[in-house]
Amino acid sequence: MLNLDLSIYNWELFSSYILKGLLFSVQLTVVATIGGIFFGTILALMRLSGKPVLVYVATIYVNTMRSIPLVMVILWFYLLIPILIGTPIGADLSATITFIAFEAAFFCEIVRAGIKSVGTGQTYAAEALGMNYSQTMSLIVLPQAFRNMIPIFMTQTIVLFQDTSLVYAIGAYDLLKGFDIVGKNFGRPIEAYLLAAVTYFLICFSLSKFALWVQSKVAIIK
Amino acid sequence: MDWGVFCKDTITGEASEHCLSSIFQFGKDADPTYLDWLLKAWGWTLLVAVLSLFIALVLGTIMGTLRTIPANVKGGKWLAGFATAWVEVFRNIPVLVQVFVWYHVVPNIFPIMKGLPAYWLVCFALGFYSSARMAEQVRAGIQSLSSGQRMAALALGLSTYQSYRYVILPTAFRIIIPPLTSECMNLIKNTSVAFAVSVPELTLFAMQAQEETSRGVEIYLAVTLLYAFSAFGVNRVMTLIEKRVAIPGARSNLLAIH
Repeated sequence: MLNLDLSIYNWELFSSYILKGLLFSVQLTVVATIGGIFFGTILALMRLSGKPVLVYVATIYVNTMRSIPLVMVILWFYLLIPILIGTPIGADLSATITFIAFEAAFFCEIVRAGIKSVGTGQTYAAEALGMNYSQTMSLIVLPQAFRNMIPIFMTQTIVLFQDTSLVYAIGAYDLLKGFDIVGKNFGRPIEAYLLAAVTYFLICFSLSKFALWVQSKVAIIK
Repeated sequence: MDWGVFCKDTITGEASEHCLSSIFQFGKDADPTYLDWLLKAWGWTLLVAVLSLFIALVLGTIMGTLRTIPANVKGGKWLAGFATAWVEVFRNIPVLVQVFVWYHVVPNIFPIMKGLPAYWLVCFALGFYSSARMAEQVRAGIQSLSSGQRMAALALGLSTYQSYRYVILPTAFRIIIPPLTSECMNLIKNTSVAFAVSVPELTLFAMQAQEETSRGVEIYLAVTLLYAFSAFGVNRVMTLIEKRVAIPGARSNLLAIH
């Protein structure tokens, strides 16, 4: 059976090993969510624009991102960015760019579904009022669409937070890496990985309960 | 780009006469080329995917079904609660962390697993992780059926088990084939985390071959295409299955009329 020894885990160890990783994971999640929603919305508008070139480009981008394993996407960016810009960049920055680009593809599909969920009557009404495309989108459709999308955004953010652990592939210092290093430095990997699992579970589980609560609050009654 | 890298010998780094040496020389210990290594890695990826898919389908079906067990069945509440806990645990921990737990922790709890090779532990990790997602799909499929199906089955005198086995699950599974398809494709993609415990699959090949040859673009392209190709293959197979098992004329009637 297991012989767990958690005595090494005190505040000092937590703040010097784990906290750094946790902060990076959270920061990566927040930045990628905001950037992903921003670029995802642009991609979604491209896919819905009806202009063949824009639709084509956005569709290819989204489908490519979605059909490659995230680990490979992380490796690709880590390989390509230095080739393209000529200087090596750190794992942290590379991971951030990767996750924004990767999440944009997923948020694109969410935003697209959200825009479609707003009844066409809303668009017709806006056009009948004399609004142009950007007014219709920014004043009528997107505000309603985003409200419908909040719960799915949150679910995707939880998935994203879990996915940030994959930066392990390029050695960035995230929450998992923090526990990984503690486990190796102190020779007690079992406790470290168990605690990592518990930590991720507590964060993701409470976030998913919070998402459910939000869902019950923001739903537009039809 | 220099695709000749795949014909290079993995040991000497020199161009080999045969691009595919080991494939045609089973048993003989020919020095393999990077192409051999790539194909072998692909084999590992597919093996891990198939084994974990099997585990995920079995566990996912059981847990998804248990979550819909009516409360009036004896012990139904406990079973449903257990299945709910199962789903919450396995979908709220990142798959990579689960791989590490299976690799470093589980064999210490169950000494019998100490002899298991790493790829089996990865299969368990991926299988359990995916089973939580599949359970949710099975549950959604069952709940999308009209409640009349269950009542009709019970009215015919079928037991709870029989009503699931012969009435509810056959129809529910037909409904959830599309989401199951994308989950299977996700599973193929998720096998890439096996690199973390040194299973010699595609991603580990990509990392190591890139380091050895410095021809990252060619190596990564080949690996990426094989992943996409595998996922596409799964998609085709599932579409084929969907067509084969479709009940003629019944497709639209299966969905609940609430």
